Amino acid sequence: MKIGVVAVQGDVREHLRALKRLGAEAIPVLKPAHLEGISGLVFPGGESTAIWRLLKWSGLVEPIEELHREGLPMFGTCAGMVLLAKEVVNWPERFFGFIDIAVERNASGRQVDSFETELEVKGIGRVPAVFIRAPYIRRVGSGVEVLAEYQGNPVMAREGKVLVVSFHPELTDDLRVYEFFLKMCQEDHGNHGKG
Amino acid sequence: MQKGTYRVKTGFAEMFKGGVIMDVTTPEQAEIAEAAGAVAVMALERVPADIRKQGGVARMADPKRIKEIMEAVSIPVMAKCRIGHIAEARILEALGVDFIDESEVLTPADPFNHIDKWQFKVPFVCGCRDLGEAARRIAEGAAMIRTKGEAGTGNVVEAVRHMRILNDQIRRLRDMSRAELVSYAKELGAPVEVLEMIQELGRLPVVNFAAGGIATPADAALMRMLGADGVFVGSGIFKSENPEKRARAIVLATAHYDDPELLAEVSEDLGEAMPGVAIEEIPQEQLMQYR
Repeated sequence: MKIGVVAVQGDVREHLRALKRLGAEAIPVLKPAHLEGISGLVFPGGESTAIWRLLKWSGLVEPIEELHREGLPMFGTCAGMVLLAKEVVNWPERFFGFIDIAVERNASGRQVDSFETELEVKGIGRVPAVFIRAPYIRRVGSGVEVLAEYQGNPVMAREGKVLVVSFHPELTDDLRVYEFFLKMCQEDHGNHGKG
Repeated sequence: MQKGTYRVKTGFAEMFKGGVIMDVTTPEQAEIAEAAGAVAVMALERVPADIRKQGGVARMADPKRIKEIMEAVSIPVMAKCRIGHIAEARILEALGVDFIDESEVLTPADPFNHIDKWQFKVPFVCGCRDLGEAARRIAEGAAMIRTKGEAGTGNVVEAVRHMRILNDQIRRLRDMSRAELVSYAKELGAPVEVLEMIQELGRLPVVNFAAGGIATPADAALMRMLGADGVFVGSGIFKSENPEKRARAIVLATAHYDDPELLAEVSEDLGEAMPGVAIEEIPQEQLMQYR
């Protein structure tokens, strides 16, 4: 199964490594042609504003929107969550908006407040979680399932085929959150675009 | 819950990969950098080209300037302290800057030691000219490395020199026996344990950017072709004729360094680059890289 990783900026190497460890074929996505034949798309950690500009200037925004309409499973970590959220409460730009949540950028604070901890994730159990200038979810739509919280803040959520996390499973050796996404892709394998 | 762990520090540096970190001296420049797709800005009072021109002692920037820049943008803000200046570093940490650059661009404060960076919650980036310097900085707790180049020159040759040397030394290290590694550690002045870690990984255990002399999109692409995870651009943007356009072009070239057609397109019609300086014209004692 081929999974694309948006590779214009961010911790792409860690995501590619996680996917390969789990037996998927990992494809760095830098231009529209790289999106062909993928069964899922990952948005890595990085700077959301930088990634968004590079996606626009690289002609990737429309093809990715098309894949979302066709139902391709997508997974965003940290900056990736910001890009996939419908609303960003403390930033004027609108990004993809594929999941009905409002997020606050850098809600965990500046870097001196970045931290690691353990979290209970629904259906998975306790996982290590690294939060780096992390976004928190401030509002969830009715179709959204919250899968994990940290101190009352939702930090992992799913709506249909879109999964988002505030933290960085790719920076740890525990890849169960990643496996959860790959299961979403497997269930869907070859189905997107066929109604 | 733990703050300031090594994983939190080095993990943050991983998020900069493929990106451009730009020197800025005002909130307006910081906004231009953010709009152009910078992954972070370096808050300074003077860019390296001006530090070089004006001479004198170059110190940490005024906290007021740094705070204004932190308020102006949503992306991470870095700031420089002098080599070994623990107090400047503590001040920058207290201000809440996201990364400290213990930098040879400022006048060194301690002729003997660098800062013990393990004592801080905020992560540090440090410069290197070779593997020995990189390994020593990592042993002191640096969460990110940048090759030094020669700042403020607009001349990429020293950045290339340092990246080539570093790559070559890592390549040699990979095939060494234990006995050879210990002897090599002595030759480089590098801690054995750090070299062992680098040997096992086949690369530095932290993100490595290129810095010092990058002035064009092609320079940025070149450094990525040589293995840099991303680039710092100091004087190269705001000392050029059209900073907005050049900044955006360097961001695109850093991401798409492998795509010559795109590099050709973004390199077009950028206006004058910053004036460059031949390294041979600089008196030896004014070279920043040996600090």
